[in-house]
Amino acid sequence: MDESKKILEVKHLKQYFNVGKKDEVHAVDDVSFDIYEGETFGLVGESGSGKTTTGRGIIRLLDPTDGQVMFEGRDVASIKSKKDLMSFRREMQMIFQDPYASLNPRMKVKDIVAEGIDIHHLAKNDADRTKQVEDLLETVGLNKDHSSRYPNEFSGGQRQRIGIARALAVQPKFIIADEPISALDVSIQAQVVNLMKELQHERGLTYLFIAHDLSMVKYISDRIGVMHYGKLLEIGPAEEVYNHPLHKYTASLVSAVPEPDPEFERNRVQVPYDATAEFDGKPRTMVEIAPGHFVRATESEIAEYRNRAKDEGLDLV
Amino acid sequence: MDAEKNILEVQDLTINFHTYAGTVQAIRNVNFHLKKGETLAIVGESGSGKTVTTKTIMGLLANNAEVAKGTVKFHGKDILEMSEKELQAIRGRDIAEIFQDPMTSLDPTMRIGRQIAEPLMVHKGFSKSKAEKQALEMLKLVGITNAEERVNDYPHQFSGGMRQRIVIAIALVCYPEILIADEPTTALDVTIQAQILDLMKELQEKISTSIIFITHDLGVVASMADRVAVMYAGKIVEYGTVDEIFYNPQHPYTWGLLNSMPTLDTAKGQLEPIPGTPPDLLEPPVGDAFAARNPYAMKIDEEQEPPFFKVSDTHYAATWLLHPDAPAVEPPAEVVRRQKIYQERLSAGTINQGHIHSKGNTAFAGADDDDAIGE
Repeated sequence: MDESKKILEVKHLKQYFNVGKKDEVHAVDDVSFDIYEGETFGLVGESGSGKTTTGRGIIRLLDPTDGQVMFEGRDVASIKSKKDLMSFRREMQMIFQDPYASLNPRMKVKDIVAEGIDIHHLAKNDADRTKQVEDLLETVGLNKDHSSRYPNEFSGGQRQRIGIARALAVQPKFIIADEPISALDVSIQAQVVNLMKELQHERGLTYLFIAHDLSMVKYISDRIGVMHYGKLLEIGPAEEVYNHPLHKYTASLVSAVPEPDPEFERNRVQVPYDATAEFDGKPRTMVEIAPGHFVRATESEIAEYRNRAKDEGLDLV
Repeated sequence: MDAEKNILEVQDLTINFHTYAGTVQAIRNVNFHLKKGETLAIVGESGSGKTVTTKTIMGLLANNAEVAKGTVKFHGKDILEMSEKELQAIRGRDIAEIFQDPMTSLDPTMRIGRQIAEPLMVHKGFSKSKAEKQALEMLKLVGITNAEERVNDYPHQFSGGMRQRIVIAIALVCYPEILIADEPTTALDVTIQAQILDLMKELQEKISTSIIFITHDLGVVASMADRVAVMYAGKIVEYGTVDEIFYNPQHPYTWGLLNSMPTLDTAKGQLEPIPGTPPDLLEPPVGDAFAARNPYAMKIDEEQEPPFFKVSDTHYAATWLLHPDAPAVEPPAEVVRRQKIYQERLSAGTINQGHIHSKGNTAFAGADDDDAIGE
């Protein structure tokens, strides 16, 4: 992983709401991680854990309270002019969770997909615009006849394909996919995940994949970060985090995922998790326990995590 | 299996919706039954008719729905023939439902204690104070901490998981015989989902309710169900015990569902989705509705609808692949892996199922029209 280039560095990102008021919320609190070019980074957590807020902070739909988001070496928060923000958003796009809410029902598919092309003046003329849209629709597995229809004529899976085509229209390098498959049926989820993987392969895309469905996240991601109460608790290679979780919260989360196997389910033991330890006020930092596998820990907890890693058969750093 | 044990029997149910675009044949000849204390899971994609089926049982169909055919017998009495008044007496008392979204199924302006007490006052004629006392007990039973203080809170003061517990408390407060759970955990996080599922199992044991569990999440099905019915395009295409469906599936659609999920040991290759999309039920295709998406489809699938073939006393599947004249096909690798487990468990005697019929003497379970599930 060392040879590949970091495309995104999130450093001590903090996103507080209602600052200074009684109901101040630390939605994202001191979150740091890197994403390398061409990889898929999965961000998992329960609702309210701050994973979506982190995504929104990265693409600057929110202005961070503190910390830095470096995209290709440049601090996203320091972008001032509208022109610079526009060129940044060409590089980074987003796919949204709900394909029923994220497409304007009063726009035709071709205009939805071409909105980015129009804003960034990427089409030479009308014929070029039409061609680009048709190519994009074909890329995502729809056909050009679909371009003059309205979103309500499509199923959930097809709508999500339109959302993907819209994100691809401006030829981004980095895509934030916020729960892109949660609203879809199982058989359709696999179609969309396969499409995203193909596109990544063909176009060298980098993904930040935000989700709560651990089994799918494990499958699509190279590395996973686990968030809880606004803090990042564990980062590591996807298989390792899923099969050999170090943090108790991750272990609890993994143990709660139902498997399509009745015998496994009959014998499933859910690992309970007590979150009070997270609020003891002790300073914690991300500590590398196994290569590329970090856990948020105090100085005194490190030994315990190292022992657990050893028990799980991981190489220690 | 005598009929007395079946507290609910659905026979030949056919429901059409009249829309501007035409008549949508949402449910086509659905048969199933429910025994006391068991959990029946109905699995299928959106639009396959799972929710419409349960709405029929509750007598909650929309105005443009027409029951073209069939009966829904609750203790031998047809729900479809009942007057609104008779239905009201059953709804919430004998048959209760947990809805998908706990954010919208509670009244935001009513204290939760009141909402839980309401069914008792309406159905059982409890006085307000007695009902509220019982509501408090129920609140404790579903695991709300500090129930005494929280009974006077409003829904918005609770998290999603807690709200779903309250919805469960309302549904169970009259000790219904049938609980319909329509995607009760889809809107919840996995950790909360696990808690709610455990709670439902625990309460089912305590008050021996039968549950009809609607979901598209096969993991949840594996965890909850005694028996499973797989629906596709308004029909049940396969049903059996949970072990039979997960370890010895016969219908290519069931294969496709199991095969499209990443499992614990899915390698980092491609997932294998079911290609295409479900058919338009405005004009359901002739023959097997799944044929267009089915890599194993034969010519007959496009011409004639497959009847149910018997796999065991408890396991039936509607696919021509089970016909004695059908060629042998190799199911997807994931299904082969599961069938191997099935054979191992079968010889070890650790599988629950009825008498096994080998493929050679597969018997017709009767034509599609007059087949009653499980008899």
